[in-house]
Order: sequence, then C-alpha cells, then structure tokens
Amino acid sequence: MTVPFGRRLCEVAENTASGGYRIFSLLDRDGPAPEPGQFYMLAAKLGWGEAGGRPFLPRAISVAEAAPAKGGTRLDFLVESVGPGTDRLCQLEAGEGVWLAGPLGNSFSTPKQVNPDAAGAILVGGGVGIAPLAIWRRYLVERGIPLRVLLGFRNQEHSGGLDELFCAGGGLCPDVRLATEDGHAGHQGYVTDLLATMLTGDDATSAVVYSCGPPAMLEAVRARCAEHGVACELAMESPMACGFGACFGCAVPRSDGGYMRLCVDGPVVRGDAVAEVAHA
Amino acid sequence: MPDFCGIQLAHPVINASGTYDAIAARRVFGDALLEDFPFSAFVSKTITPEPRAGNEPRRIWETPAGMINSIGLPNKGLEDFLTEDLPQLAELPVPLIVSVMATNREAFGRLVAAVEACDEVAAIELNVSCPNVHSGLIVGEQPSETEALLEVLRPLTEKPLIVKLTPNVAAPEAVAVAAESGGADAVSLINTLKASAVDPPGRAPALAAGHGGLSGPAVRPIALQQLRAVTAVTEIPAIGMGGISSGADAAEFLALGASLVAVGTESFRDPRAGLRIANELETEVSEGSARL
Repeated sequence: MTVPFGRRLCEVAENTASGGYRIFSLLDRDGPAPEPGQFYMLAAKLGWGEAGGRPFLPRAISVAEAAPAKGGTRLDFLVESVGPGTDRLCQLEAGEGVWLAGPLGNSFSTPKQVNPDAAGAILVGGGVGIAPLAIWRRYLVERGIPLRVLLGFRNQEHSGGLDELFCAGGGLCPDVRLATEDGHAGHQGYVTDLLATMLTGDDATSAVVYSCGPPAMLEAVRARCAEHGVACELAMESPMACGFGACFGCAVPRSDGGYMRLCVDGPVVRGDAVAEVAHA
Repeated sequence: MPDFCGIQLAHPVINASGTYDAIAARRVFGDALLEDFPFSAFVSKTITPEPRAGNEPRRIWETPAGMINSIGLPNKGLEDFLTEDLPQLAELPVPLIVSVMATNREAFGRLVAAVEACDEVAAIELNVSCPNVHSGLIVGEQPSETEALLEVLRPLTEKPLIVKLTPNVAAPEAVAVAAESGGADAVSLINTLKASAVDPPGRAPALAAGHGGLSGPAVRPIALQQLRAVTAVTEIPAIGMGGISSGADAAEFLALGASLVAVGTESFRDPRAGLRIANELETEVSEGSARL
C-alpha cells in the first residue's frame, strides 16, 4: 500500500501528559500502517499558519506506536514542547483535526539485514528520541530477535513516554536499562556510558545498534560504534519543511562528501554513511 | 485553457522552480502523483553546468507566515540531469520547463544549447536571480547585463525563454524591460527576497550561509506590487508568484496581469496544493470577477 498523495485530515483520539511530554493519538483512516522509524508531517487544522505568524510549516514527528483501530490505524506520537509547532501539537484536544502526510521516509533494518552474522539488537534512546525505538522494540520482540534497550534521561520530567512505551505489567520491561543525569533512576550519567560497557563485551560485534536522541548523544553513539567496529543505524532529525524531497532543507553531510536529504534518504541512516553528527 | 507562449496548459497553476522534486515525490507517493499531478506545467529545479552540493546546513528557518531558505541550488549538473532526470521528467503528464543557471554567458549558452536539443522540453527558464549562490555578479540585478545575456542566448534556441526576475532591486520593471528587449518570451516573478534570521539561543545568524531568501504568504503583497510594476511596462506574459496559498490569492495575481501563477512554499505544507489552488481558482472565476 503506497502513501496517499497529499495531506489528509485526521482526528485526535486522545492527548495525555507523560512527565513533561505529551502523547497524542490520531486515527488515520486512509494510510498504510507505518514501518518502525518512519515519520509523519503534522499540522493542527486550526491555529496553524492562518492569520500569519507561526507555526507555519508542518512538523516532522516520528511515530512511537501504531495499532489497528476501529476505522483505521491508531498512531501515537510523543512530543516535547520546544517551539511554536510542538507547543501547538501538545495542546491538541480529542476530536480536533490534524493535517497529516505520510508515513514518510525509510525504516530501521533488521539486524540480519545490516549484518548477516548479527545475533541481536541494542537500542539506545535519549529523551523524546525514545519514540521510534518503542515501535521498533515491539517489532523486534514480536519476531523473537534478542535485544537490549538502553534509555537515558536528564531527569524525571524529561522521561516522559517511558511508562507508556517501555513498561508492561506494572514495571519496566526486563530488557530495558536506564541512565539518568540526575541519578533518580538507573545509572547516574549518560546512556552512552551503558553502551560503552556493553560494547566492550565479547559478543558486542554480533549486535547492531539502533539509536535516536539528541545530536550530541547520536554522535557519541556513532563514534563508539565506529571505534568498536559495530554497525549502527541512527534515526536523525534535521530542519524539514516538506518531508517528501521538495524543499532540500534537511541536508545532512554524507561521509563520502556532499549531502543527503534526510526526508527521502533517511530518517534512518547507517552510522558509517554520515559524517560526524553535527551538535552544538 | 491558457496558451502560454504557444504551449497549451490545462489550467494556470504551475510550480515555482526549486520547490518540487517530481522524481522524489513519485518515489514517495507513487503513480497517484501522475494521476493527480498538481501543476499544469512542471518547472525543474535549476540546473547548472557542473554538479553542486548546495549550501552547508542549516538551510531553512521558519518565519511568521513564511520561511527563509539558503539551499544553494544543489543539482547533479547538466550531464547527469540530461541522462538521469530528463527521461523521468518526460513521463510527467504536463509540459516541462527546465530552469538553468550559470555564472557567465558562455556557460549559460552551453546550457541553453543543450536543452534546446531536447524535444521533451517545452520552454527554458533563465535563473538570473538566485540569492543563495555566491557567484559575484547577479546578472538579474542589472538591466544591461540581463539584456546582454539574452542577446547571446536568444539565437541559440527556438523554445520560449522565461527570465526569472529578482525582487532584490529598486526597479524590477527595468530588468523586465531589458529582458523583453533582449528577446525574452516571458518573465517570472518574484524570486525570494533576501532575508536573515537570528537563532535566539546563540544570538547568531540562524542560517549557516548568514542569509537566505524569504518566501511564503509574508511576501505576497510585495510580489503583487512588483508584478503590477512589471506588467505595466512590458508586453510579454508574466508568471506571477510569491506566497500563493489559495485560489483567491492566485486570482489576485491574475487580476494584476499575470498569465500564469506559480506555487512554491505552499507545496511544502500540502503536496497537492497546486491542484487545490487550481480548483479553487476555477470556482473563483466561475463565481464572477465582481469580488476581484
């Protein structure tokens, strides 16, 4: 099933607080189910570029979970309010309309697609970037692919989505380890500390690392994996106006020179295909 | 059905160069793109003699009712465009207009001569106005340079030549008159307005290039005035663009003398915007001109 041409109006099913973030759900009546790692371009029907002002462009948001629902597919998005667009999305109310285009972009590859000798997956997420790893984790679990999940947060407020996306039966999923900068849960420090320890293990080279999070974290993951000869896929972010290859805004430097368009060549990119992940 | 320089078009809405990659869009949306193609003619991204990687990111910045871009004309260069892209663009269900840009007259001449030889191409747009390439002289900022360029290019092709005007001059109508004198068949306007933005946390220019070009509804009143000034002093057709996001907007440009309109930034918000605007325009027209 191909992606419907253009944007379509969807209804907000639910919007709930999760730590300092929001998780909202849309009912998509027309699109195909998304693959893990894909994203949608989203804009509220009202209060978006009408009388001028911002937000004006749609926002690219990775899907955190998708499930068949009555009349279509339920799509869950984890959002942190960091500007006028995400702020408006955080305020969405049930029954409101949202313009949606997608699912767009590529998706994660299975460990064996990346490396025929790979035995399992290590998922490394940080902050709001845990979203695409949730749907990817479920996909891997359903296929019986061994995995470990390492998640990092600044503090409790920035661990939104953890309870809804990585917990089951009243507690953290058994394959999940936490790192927090303030030490309120798990290892005190960075999630990349946990990854570094794991990569020094004997069987590390038989794993494929999948990561999404802030640019500085992605760069640390990319560099660590390169150092240990472990393949990795990074779900990246870049300023994007259109999501379908039209605007050329989301340029990311390739390791072999020139730029890729993250919307059509990503958002999931092999670690060795990108130059250093730019971060402030 | 509009007749534009002898090209029959199904409706007056085309795309602005550099705002729609029909090849990428077809990969994303499949053949539905061809069945509901949003434009009555397709204008390619600007082609240069040699490949260009484009500008360093960050390349785009959202502004009130618009955006600033400093993309920098990334393209695969003439040779690869002709062998790889042109056959795919020829499969589109509408006439093809190829946009070209070079940094001197000889190189411009090579581009025009090469495109003239392609039966798939209905017309050629000369991009003499990109604000995001640092080639020294911007030809389109000077009437005499524009006329001299046209005098070199005009004998090289029988296809309609469209000159894309810059809005970043005191009198774009003077450049339009020069283009007409040099033998241009049409003008298109406006290109983006030179603009800058500051990234609040860093208090530094938001775009890596320092500046870019502003587009979107924010520029529409400026585009309308420049169109008015140009159509008042030229006979050749004008393609009007600048922040068009509805049929009502398009009708304003047609009312001020545009033969066609082009949609750019709105396609980023809605990949089918061109078709929606064409349909809305038809309603505008059939409801009479009383409201214009």
